[in-house]
Amino acid sequence: MRRAQNLKGWLLCAPALSAMALVTAYPVFYAVRLSLYRYDLRHTADPDFVALRNYFSVLSSEVWWQALWNTLLITTVSVFFELVLGFALALLMHRAVFGRSALRSAVLVPYAIITVVAALAWKFAFDPTTGFVNSLFGIERAWLNEHWSAFAVIIFSEVWKTTPFMALLLLAGLSLIPDDVLKAAKVDGASAVQRFRLITLPLVKPSILVALLFRSLDAFRIFDSVYVLTRGAHGTESVSVIGYNTLIVRLNLGLGSAVSVLIFSCTLAIALLFIKGFGTPLLRKD
Amino acid sequence: MTWYVFDEPSGAFREAARRCTEAARERYRIDVVSLPADADQQREQLTRRLAAGDESIDIIGMDVIWTAEFAEAGWIREWPTRATRRASAGRFPIAVQTATYKNMLWATPFTTNVQLLWYRTDRIRKPPKTWDEMIELAEKLDRNNRIQAQGERYEGLTVLFVSLLASAGGKVLDADGSQVSLEPEPTRKALNVMKRLATSRAADPGLSTNREDQARLAFETGRSAFMLNYGFVWPSALQNAPEVAANMGWTRWPGVVPDRPSRVTVGGIDLAVSTYSRYPELAFDAAECLASKDNQRIAAERGGLPPTLYALYDHPAVRRRLPFADLLRATLKDAVERPRTPLYTDISLAISRTLHPMRDIKPARDAARLKKAVQRALRSEGLL
Repeated sequence: MRRAQNLKGWLLCAPALSAMALVTAYPVFYAVRLSLYRYDLRHTADPDFVALRNYFSVLSSEVWWQALWNTLLITTVSVFFELVLGFALALLMHRAVFGRSALRSAVLVPYAIITVVAALAWKFAFDPTTGFVNSLFGIERAWLNEHWSAFAVIIFSEVWKTTPFMALLLLAGLSLIPDDVLKAAKVDGASAVQRFRLITLPLVKPSILVALLFRSLDAFRIFDSVYVLTRGAHGTESVSVIGYNTLIVRLNLGLGSAVSVLIFSCTLAIALLFIKGFGTPLLRKD
Repeated sequence: MTWYVFDEPSGAFREAARRCTEAARERYRIDVVSLPADADQQREQLTRRLAAGDESIDIIGMDVIWTAEFAEAGWIREWPTRATRRASAGRFPIAVQTATYKNMLWATPFTTNVQLLWYRTDRIRKPPKTWDEMIELAEKLDRNNRIQAQGERYEGLTVLFVSLLASAGGKVLDADGSQVSLEPEPTRKALNVMKRLATSRAADPGLSTNREDQARLAFETGRSAFMLNYGFVWPSALQNAPEVAANMGWTRWPGVVPDRPSRVTVGGIDLAVSTYSRYPELAFDAAECLASKDNQRIAAERGGLPPTLYALYDHPAVRRRLPFADLLRATLKDAVERPRTPLYTDISLAISRTLHPMRDIKPARDAARLKKAVQRALRSEGLL
């Protein structure tokens, strides 16, 4: 009986599973295979099998490590700010008495804007000649011309764009907290801080972890903002920009695939760290 | 018949396609497919399609730097021998060279381009002859008299370097494009100029993120005295900033060494026929028609694109649109090509990467770094 049910379950999942295999697994395996060849689209010669040499070449390059470090820095800093701001926004949206839906839609506006468009808008905003940022603060600064300020602009545009997403995920978590619990705590004399620390925070923890996981994976792949704002100059290159340069610009399929596979492994590592390390629940178990 | 070419705003390309379609009397019809305005993005789209053997491309509006790469990859057809004379007759030798690879012609030169030095006639009495002179002049004026150039990490920076290097008497690769040249003396001179420009107080504060268009915008605000840019800035200034245009002068790109005229990098597009075209014979005819004298004139008259046929520089309508036609012609006579190799994109990436930002250049150290980076790019090694 049990086995028959299991089989039925698998059969029902089969179409979805094969679709996933087709669109996800196949390209991944194809990339892994390509990464073992020396294969340049610009040469008509057949690809040579070079085993792991492409990986050695990438991993021994300072360009890769610099980009990896940059990407990790962008990821952690931007996700940190997104969490803090997102939580504040979520609390605000949760507690708002009037204009609730208007507030929620307003907060979502940045997330609805296409990343490239937003990045271009910020590029113009921070431009010393045409932008408004400098005149707003009465300073004269070429933001995208220096390492740290360029980093700050990239992180700022990333935070501006995705905080709403974070806020929305956290809002969902907040709305799951039963009001009775908070009321009971209030009756028992718990202060607002105590209620937040001892009730709200532990109960939204699963949502926080899921939000952090999603955002970290997303932020690690950052491409558009960096490409538009600095093109990776001033030491702001992210790993995706390296992949793009190798694969799309230089048409070096072998080396580029090795980069892609390494990026994929990094995201896998981040996901594992969250799920195994922090015990992020991906499914709510009752 | 489809013609993949960059999106030309004045409609000159569509007009050329229309005229050729009419002249063909039903033998073929040319449809224009617009590619992005940015050359890097045009190339990305084309290479992806060509690598996949897309049959829908017949004629390619090919940037002058792609010839070697496209020919080596087998994406374009060799120009038929019977038509090679027609494709080169009356054209600037440098324009024909850009369509040549391994002593064979692969395309017909259609438009060309070179940078000029634009300056404010109301602020500078005599235009500078060299970079040193120009930087000194700009530094003597106040802060609203900056120099506009292209310093972002992209193709434009490579163009700047190649032009400076050529003006100093050097070149990136040797004659057959297989070895790195970068002679120490000219390279050091070119790097010195870049360093001096970027650290000068006359440089735009946004230099390291500026492209051609940012330079144009900054010049149009009236707060710059000099600008290194292509001819498109002239009609733009006439339209957007007439008070700037009224005082806008043009002269030859500044030299690096006194007494040696500058040599600048040639641009423009050549028309090639795709290997995967189903109608190659017709495509060659159509490309030839598109690059004909009349169509080059229309492209110059409407779009301001310099023709590759030198006789057209005397045409009154062209001279009206390009009042600096004589200067263009003189500059084109000793213009230089960017390295002619299938790996040009890698080399350009290596150059712009090593030399960006220009203010951090250390000429002695970076001459060696540059040589190494170009060498690696030429061997298609590692990440760039």
